[in-house]
Amino acid sequence: MSTIGYKDWAVDLAEVGAIYPFQGWEVAMTIVGVIFWLGWHRIQFVREGEHLEKAKKMGDPEKIAKALERY
Amino acid sequence: MDGNLNALTTVFTEFYYWVTVVFMFLIHVGFCMYEVGASRNRNHMHTLMKNIMIIPLVTVTFFFFGWWIYWAFPMFPFFGGLDLEAGAANVPWSETMGTNLGDRITGVFWAAFLLFSWTAASIVSGSVIERIRSSALWVHAVLIGSVFWIIDAAWGWHYGGWMVQYLGYHDAYASGVIHAIAGGYALGVIMVLGPRIGKFAADGTPRDIPPHNPWLLTIGIFLIYTGFWGFYAACNVPAISPELIDGQITGTTWTATNIYLAPTSLSAITFNFLMSLSGGLMAAYVVSKGDAFWTFSGGLAGIITASAGNDLYHPIQAMLIGAVGVVIVYKLHYWVEKKFKLDDAVGAVAVHGYAGFVGLVISGFVLWGAPSSPYEGYAAINPVGQFLGAVIMFGVLGFLPGFVVAKMQAAAGVLRIPEEVEIQGLDYAEHHAYEDAKAAIIAADKAHLATKVTPAE
Repeated sequence: MSTIGYKDWAVDLAEVGAIYPFQGWEVAMTIVGVIFWLGWHRIQFVREGEHLEKAKKMGDPEKIAKALERY
Repeated sequence: MDGNLNALTTVFTEFYYWVTVVFMFLIHVGFCMYEVGASRNRNHMHTLMKNIMIIPLVTVTFFFFGWWIYWAFPMFPFFGGLDLEAGAANVPWSETMGTNLGDRITGVFWAAFLLFSWTAASIVSGSVIERIRSSALWVHAVLIGSVFWIIDAAWGWHYGGWMVQYLGYHDAYASGVIHAIAGGYALGVIMVLGPRIGKFAADGTPRDIPPHNPWLLTIGIFLIYTGFWGFYAACNVPAISPELIDGQITGTTWTATNIYLAPTSLSAITFNFLMSLSGGLMAAYVVSKGDAFWTFSGGLAGIITASAGNDLYHPIQAMLIGAVGVVIVYKLHYWVEKKFKLDDAVGAVAVHGYAGFVGLVISGFVLWGAPSSPYEGYAAINPVGQFLGAVIMFGVLGFLPGFVVAKMQAAAGVLRIPEEVEIQGLDYAEHHAYEDAKAAIIAADKAHLATKVTPAE
């Protein structure tokens, strides 16, 4: 058994195409990939919103003035 | 790969594009340094993170659908349907979109286009620093990097694109397909986003917000120049036979070609790259009276203005076109800023958008009547086609979607950071935690030292 379809390289390379594991599962891998991408956006969007809400009330005027001076 | 010559050509082409990709990475490094240098201390980390995360987000989406768009959209939707046959080899579940010994070109060719996508997104990123929400920018990055620029590439930067066939559109090194569209998109976003606090005085006079670190800016733009070399090489097909082009070229002489498979050479574009860079630098120095920011950016704008025709221009033409473009761009930037109260933080709309637009229009006159393609029946290069092309790139595929999506984000309250956060700085929480941690550890060390030191007698 080999996940890439070849157990050894005793082959004519002219006859060889794809050599990645789990050939035939490309559509399923794509669906997983798209969920991963969209999920990332969702997580980041929610976290950033929460962070900005908190950050609005976080500022200490003295520290902010120092930060402004520092440019 | 039948035969040694075929094998050598394939491996050379694979390596050629791979090298261009590595060079083009420097464009992104340069953009990051430029943005961080231009931003103020209190926004550094968020500014950097905003640009860095463009890399993975545009990469995965360009894998999922961007690359397919390029192959499926050349005539869609106005002059034909989707080219599903060409697209089939470029969907994410195709066998050629992975480790495949029967195809050594798709991966590197995909990556070369992908690095253009990063550039398009990064151009937009620069103009909106210090006040956009990262989540909002990253949606724009995916849209410009994996949807709109690649639609324009299918239409006007593909040997079978409808703009090439019917308008005679010619844009060899992407004045329009990357720079005008990204500049137009950035303009659409900043019109909705609004200026940074303090950018305009109460009477509407614009204030300069000087870069926090001019040296970082300088290194950044020099890295962009360097990466631009790779970008130019990546726009060419390095070696191809007339038989493979299957167009009107006769004889058996192999050649390098532009993206339209029309002949040019690396030597020609090296002449023109350097001469348009020089024309841009010289004109910018004069028009800005030696302002460092504008002089360096003018070099870039010079190349961008000449890029549409830099496969065919004479080097002196490239120099003069670069120079003319920079003068127009400089004047236009300040006029727009003052008139419309727009805050383009790094001058991206001007350097990329206006320069790209102007470059397309100029090339329509200078290259009038030259073949846009080696294929029979295509329109020749002409001023009307180039002007319409510039409008499509800057306005239709750039400005319009940027403006509409930003409007939607603004309506939902997810475009701009709160005013309090803008004043205290996006990095305030991190700075605060850093300063607190620093104070705590210093106090602890001092306390420890006090227990160990014996007072002097």
